[in-house]
Amino acid sequence: METKNIMIVGVGGQGTLLASKLLGRLLLGKGFDVKVSEVHGMSQRGGSVVTYVRWGDRVFSPIIDKGQADCILSFELLEAARYTEFLKPGGRIIVNSQQINPMPVIAGMAAYPENLEEKMRALGINVDALDALALAEEAGSSKAVNLVLMGRLAKHFEFTDEEWMDTIEHSVPPKFLELNKKAFALGQSAS
Amino acid sequence: MKTLMLGNEAVARGLYEAGCCFVSSYPGTPSTEITECAAKYEELYAEWAPNEKVALEAAFGACLTGKRSFCAMKHVGLNVAADPLFTISYTGVNAGLVIGVADDAGMHSSQNEQDSRHYAKAAKIPMLEPSDSAEALSFAKLAYELSEEYDTAVLIKMCTRVSHSQSVVEPGERMLPAQKKYEKNPAKYIMMPANAKKRHPVVEARTKALTAWAETAKINRVEKGEDMSLGIVTSSTCYQYVKEAFGDTYPVLKLGMIWPMPEQKIRDFAASVDKLAVVEELDGFIEAHCKNLGLSVLGKELFSDIGELSQNLVKEKLGGKVQTGDSLEENIPARPPVMCAGCPHRSIFYVLKKLNLTVLGDIGCYTLGAVAPLGAIDTTICMGASVSGLHGFVKAGDEESAGRSVAVIGDSTFIHSGVTGLINIAYNESNATVIILDNSITGMTGHQQNPTTGYNLKGDPCTKIDLETLCHAVGIRRVRVVDPYDMEVCEAAVREELAANEPSVIISRRPCALLKYVKHPGPICSDTEKCKGCKACMNIGCPAISMVDGKAKIDATLCVGCGVCEQLCKFGALGCKEA
Repeated sequence: METKNIMIVGVGGQGTLLASKLLGRLLLGKGFDVKVSEVHGMSQRGGSVVTYVRWGDRVFSPIIDKGQADCILSFELLEAARYTEFLKPGGRIIVNSQQINPMPVIAGMAAYPENLEEKMRALGINVDALDALALAEEAGSSKAVNLVLMGRLAKHFEFTDEEWMDTIEHSVPPKFLELNKKAFALGQSAS
Repeated sequence: MKTLMLGNEAVARGLYEAGCCFVSSYPGTPSTEITECAAKYEELYAEWAPNEKVALEAAFGACLTGKRSFCAMKHVGLNVAADPLFTISYTGVNAGLVIGVADDAGMHSSQNEQDSRHYAKAAKIPMLEPSDSAEALSFAKLAYELSEEYDTAVLIKMCTRVSHSQSVVEPGERMLPAQKKYEKNPAKYIMMPANAKKRHPVVEARTKALTAWAETAKINRVEKGEDMSLGIVTSSTCYQYVKEAFGDTYPVLKLGMIWPMPEQKIRDFAASVDKLAVVEELDGFIEAHCKNLGLSVLGKELFSDIGELSQNLVKEKLGGKVQTGDSLEENIPARPPVMCAGCPHRSIFYVLKKLNLTVLGDIGCYTLGAVAPLGAIDTTICMGASVSGLHGFVKAGDEESAGRSVAVIGDSTFIHSGVTGLINIAYNESNATVIILDNSITGMTGHQQNPTTGYNLKGDPCTKIDLETLCHAVGIRRVRVVDPYDMEVCEAAVREELAANEPSVIISRRPCALLKYVKHPGPICSDTEKCKGCKACMNIGCPAISMVDGKAKIDATLCVGCGVCEQLCKFGALGCKEA
C-alpha cells in the first residue's frame, strides 16, 4: 500500500503527543511499518507544534513534506491554516475551531485572520470543523480535547471501534479511562 | 516483540542490551531522553552530571574499572566535553566507552547549527550514524564491540529527526560481557608528553585499521538501483529522504560509520555509476572525503549547508518533480514559543527592562526573555557566558556599565559553568551583579533534576547544593534571595545591588510553574468596569492576557494566579477571583 500520512498540529501543551502515541500504537498493532516524528524542547512552550504520523508497508522518511499529508488533525484553527500546503490534493483537515491567540496577536503586532474555515474550503480542502473544547468539557475535562479529535479522526479512517478502544485502554491511566472514552465518542458522533 | 521507540529510547535500549553499567550525561535537546530512558533500567546506573565535561570524564573513569559506560550530550555539549575527548582518543579505553551526541540541524532548540562529525575526524575517534531507531539500537551495541576491539571511545551521532522519531524496533536480551580488570598502565593512561608521544602513532594506526574495517563493514552498504546514471552516497536521516524520494531507482551507498570512511568502497561505487551525488545535512563532510579521493561529486552545489533537508528537497535538487498543496493567501501570524503563564522568570525580565539595563543572557527557558514584549536580553552565547561575559563587560566598560548591567543565568546552567565565571568575578574583583534565576529544575529540556534540586536522576533524595553557601564560598559577600512574583522587592534588590560597591548575587527563587508539586492560587479574572484599556498588563507578555474589545481579558484555562499582572494594574481591574 501507499504510505499514509497524518499531521497532528497544535499549540505546545495541548496534548498532541498523546494523540500521536495512540495512533502509533494502533497502527503498529495492525502490523504496519510506522514512523512518528515530533520535536521536543523549546517549541513546546506555547509555540506551534507538529507531529508526523506515517504508516504503510515500508516507511522511510520520518517527516511529511509539502503536498503529502492525507489528513491534518489540528488542535487549533490558525495552526490548521498554517499547514495547508502540506495537504495532498483532496486532503482533509479535521480542526478544533478553538482559537488561541499567538503572542504577536496578544502583543498587538498582528491580527488573528478571520473566516479561516471558509478560506480553507475555498482552496478545495475538505474541512471538518468541530468545537472540540466544548465537547471535551462536556465529557468532563478541557484536557480531553485530544481524545475528542481522535474520535473525529476515527470517523474518517477504516479502523474498528474495538481497535480504538483497545488502544485507548492501553494508553491512558485507568482513572481517566471513562472520561477519555466519552470524549472519543463525543468527537465521533458530534455533527 | 516489535515496538515503537524514539531513536533516543532505542539508544538506551542498545546500552541496556550491550551490558552498559554506567551512564553520566548533561541534558540537552535533542539528546535528553537517551539518559532518561537509560535510567529506567534498574541494572544501569545513570546520573545527571553538572556538565558534559564532567559526564565524559566520569564515564571514562567508569570504563577504566572494566564496566561498559556511556555519556550523552547535545552538539554544543560536545564542545564542553572536547577537552577530555581529544585525550581519551590517545588513552583508549578498558571496557567499552560510547559517547552519544545529538545534532540539531534546523536549530529547533539550539543556539547554533554545528556539525559534530568534524569532532570525530579532529579527535580521531570513530563515529557511527544511525538513520532510524532500529539502527540506533543495533549501532549502540556495535559501538561497544568496536570500542573494545579497537581500544577507542566510539561516538554515536544522532540528529533531531533520528532522536525524536519513533520507529519500529525489536528489542533483545541484555548480555553482560565478562568484566575486565583494571590494571595500572601508566604508558597508556598517563598522558604526559613522553607517553603521549608514543600513543599518537597508536591512534593513527587505529584509524587505518578502522578504515580497513569500514571497507567491508555491513553498516556501510550498497543498495542496488535500476538506473545507474546516478549514484547517491548518504547517511543518517538523509538516507531516509533519499529512499523516500527515489525508492530503488538509483543505487545508494549508505554509510553507517561516518568516520573513518572507506576509500576503495566509495571509489568502486563511484566507478559503477555515471554521476556521483552526496546527500548530507549541514557541512559537506562526506563530499570533502570524496573530493580528497579525487572523485567528481555533486554535493553542496545542490544542497544547502544551512538547515535540514527533506524528501521534497532531495527529489527536486536531483531532478525529480514535486507537487505541494496550496497555501492560504493570508498573513498567518507566527506562533513563537513563549514563557508559560505563571513563569517565575517573566517578572524579573519586566523589572530589568523597566530599569533599562544591559542584560547578558544565558541558555535556558529564560532566553525567551529576549522576545517581545519583554525584549530584555542583550546577549546569548553558551552556557555560563552570561556570568563570565558580564565580568569583561564591567571591567572593560566605564564606571557607568557596572551600575547598568547584570547577568541572568538559571540554576542548572549556573552549576554547569556559571560558577567558574563567578569565581573570576570574585577573584578579579569586578563590580558585577549576577542574577541566578532559580526555578529549582532544568526547565527547557523538560524538567531534569540538577545538583541544586536535592533529587537525583532516579528521583531519589540526594545532597542538595546550596546556592547561597556556594556563592559565599567563592568569595561573594553580597548574596540575597528574592521572590520574583514580588516585583517591588525585586526592583529594590536590583537597584541596591547595582549601587553596591562590590560584586553581588541575587537569587530569584521560585519553582517552575509547570512542576507538578507547585500549587497555584488558581485563575483570576478581570473587571471590565475598572479596566481602562491602558494595556499596562500587556507589557509582560503573558499568554493568558489578551485585549478583547479594548479591555483586558484573562484566559482561565492558562492563568495560574501568579499575581504579577495585578501589580501592573493601576486601576485594580485584575485580581478578582472567578465566581
